[in-house]
Amino acid sequence: MPSLGETIRNSQVWKSIFRHPMPVDRRNRIVVMLTNFFLHLHPVSIKKQGIALSYTWCMGGVTFFLFLVETITGVLLMFYYRPTLQWAFHDIQELRDTVSLGILRELHRWGGHAMVITVWLHMYRVFLTGSYKPPREFNWVVGVFLLLLTLLLSFTGYLLPWDQLAIWAITVGSNMARATPVLGNEGPGQQILNVGGIDMITNASDARFGLLGARIVGEETLNRFYVLHCVFIPLVVSLLLAIHFWRVRKDGGISGPL
Amino acid sequence: MHVDHVLFMQQVSAFLGPYYLTLALLNAIAAAVLTYQLKNARAGLISVGVSFFFVILSAFAWNGLPPGLPQSVRDMANVALTGNRGAVIYTLGTTALLIALFFTRKYWVRPAVAWGALNAALLLMGLSMISPAFFNIVSKADNVPIVSLVFLLGFFTWLATSKAVANDERAKQGLPPLEKLDDEKILVWPDLVYTELICMVVVTVVLLVWAIGLKAPLEFCAERAKTPNPSKAPWYFLGLQEMLVYYDPWMAGVVLPSLVLFGLMAIPYIDFNKKGCGYYTIAQRKFAYCMFQIGFLELWVTLIVLGTFLRGPNWNFFGPFEDWDTHKVLALNNVNLSDYFWIDVLGASVPRVTSDMTGGDAVITVLKREGLGIVLLLIYFIGLPPVLASTVFRKMFVRMGFIRYMVMCNLLLFMTALPLKMVLRWTVNLKYIIYIPEIFLNF
Repeated sequence: MPSLGETIRNSQVWKSIFRHPMPVDRRNRIVVMLTNFFLHLHPVSIKKQGIALSYTWCMGGVTFFLFLVETITGVLLMFYYRPTLQWAFHDIQELRDTVSLGILRELHRWGGHAMVITVWLHMYRVFLTGSYKPPREFNWVVGVFLLLLTLLLSFTGYLLPWDQLAIWAITVGSNMARATPVLGNEGPGQQILNVGGIDMITNASDARFGLLGARIVGEETLNRFYVLHCVFIPLVVSLLLAIHFWRVRKDGGISGPL
Repeated sequence: MHVDHVLFMQQVSAFLGPYYLTLALLNAIAAAVLTYQLKNARAGLISVGVSFFFVILSAFAWNGLPPGLPQSVRDMANVALTGNRGAVIYTLGTTALLIALFFTRKYWVRPAVAWGALNAALLLMGLSMISPAFFNIVSKADNVPIVSLVFLLGFFTWLATSKAVANDERAKQGLPPLEKLDDEKILVWPDLVYTELICMVVVTVVLLVWAIGLKAPLEFCAERAKTPNPSKAPWYFLGLQEMLVYYDPWMAGVVLPSLVLFGLMAIPYIDFNKKGCGYYTIAQRKFAYCMFQIGFLELWVTLIVLGTFLRGPNWNFFGPFEDWDTHKVLALNNVNLSDYFWIDVLGASVPRVTSDMTGGDAVITVLKREGLGIVLLLIYFIGLPPVLASTVFRKMFVRMGFIRYMVMCNLLLFMTALPLKMVLRWTVNLKYIIYIPEIFLNF
């Protein structure tokens, strides 16, 4: 009499999803890496020192995991949150006070902070082991973009609670954009873009306006940051992550002496 | 006031009791590791003693009597770390500390020594907590990541350095680095996959504990009419906000961050050293290592710590135990180089652009007024690279070639310009080297 587990594992449905038996022997441990969508990001075998935690710190993996945590908690938060002046702050209060499992926002916020820290630590480790040297130069550059996007993800998310902390942090941060050389209303060279005595760069057409969607941090900014935070930046990060992981494989595998 | 103090002591005690107890437990574990795994019985015994010491501190804290730094010590720290003097002492102090750690790294990488230093740092933090000002800043929900970052960076820097020291010792003996010893190939399932799974579980637990234990901050609804003082950018951009003190926004907020990003991307293309690829080492890549640490630890992380813990209302510099008084007034007598030159040296009035001047006259007036600053900047950015190429960077220039050398040298000069400007601001109150408000161009 086969056990329930065996019955399930021998069923057609199970076999149609998992095309290999349990990876308990060498052959199936190899097969599982080749046939499983999630696992095929990895190679089949790897140098032993390449997975030593004291060497890798696992910070790249932890950052990716935190990105997944942020995605999942972010989607759940989107069920409750409306990015308008009327509702944004109210919805966050509701999340804090009345929604079940009231730590969703905490998980998302602290996860975001943690992601900034782990991505810095990952960059730090990669530098300290010289793992950006040929042939891994391009992947280092992709990593720098991912680091920047992580900061931008956190920055755009900072505004969404629409409390005093949010609006003033973003005001301070975005004020710098108006001093962008040539493209900022108060930046050096702003007068260069002048047609027939009319300034093309004003406080309604400069880099800060482009970032905020208005002259001040307001509803347009909230909407703009919401879309950037929830859609645009995560999509770009996903694309770059795919390239980053692919290049790790193609550039000689996980860090280590080549 | 008295009621406030009693409430505060209850709050601090509730934090310090478990805090010291956790340290006692960690020391008990460390004692076992030091004695049995690292075969250092003496260090293990000391760790047992430290563990008992923390148990006693914990008992005091649980009973509402947490010990703290004497008031005189806190006053001394406040006096030392306030105003311009505070900025100088903080910056020079952190720089001196990093330099000292670099040169004595062989000593600090010993596990027993590092553990002792960590204990001392954590004890100091615990003893400082009885100051309301210190406690309020450190325990602020959004500052917890920064405190974590400081300790995590300390730990990982120690870990990396200990491996680098070991590899450098091996290299002296003609042996390969530790990372090259284990060339054996293993299957990813189960070794790597299970390691990743364990890491995910650990991170999930940490995140859950963090989320349950600490509420995400939520102030009252956004209101443009009420400007908080201080208004701070998100913590990871506080280094940039600090730079605003010394540079105009176009430099601090746009040009310098762009150069930081460009510099990071350029690292693999300007680092011509083929040694140190894929393993920890300091001796084989001293220049790259030191430059990166100056940029990351000294100019990025310490500025964030400064911006978070020592910058208070009106962006004034406050001591770690000083109350953030919004009425604190610090005299700011910052002077532009052109003012120094024209008024103090020549004893003349500073040439100004007037509305009736033609474009050409205005340009000549600005060039005349800011001539000294422009010449100094040209010497710094255009004159120094060839001088360095023929002296201290001679070998580098030969090996790197013109373009790579110029990129490296200019990035370096921009990086060192920041501490130079900071020192000039604090010591001689220099505001701008060139000051051309007519086109918003100040440097």
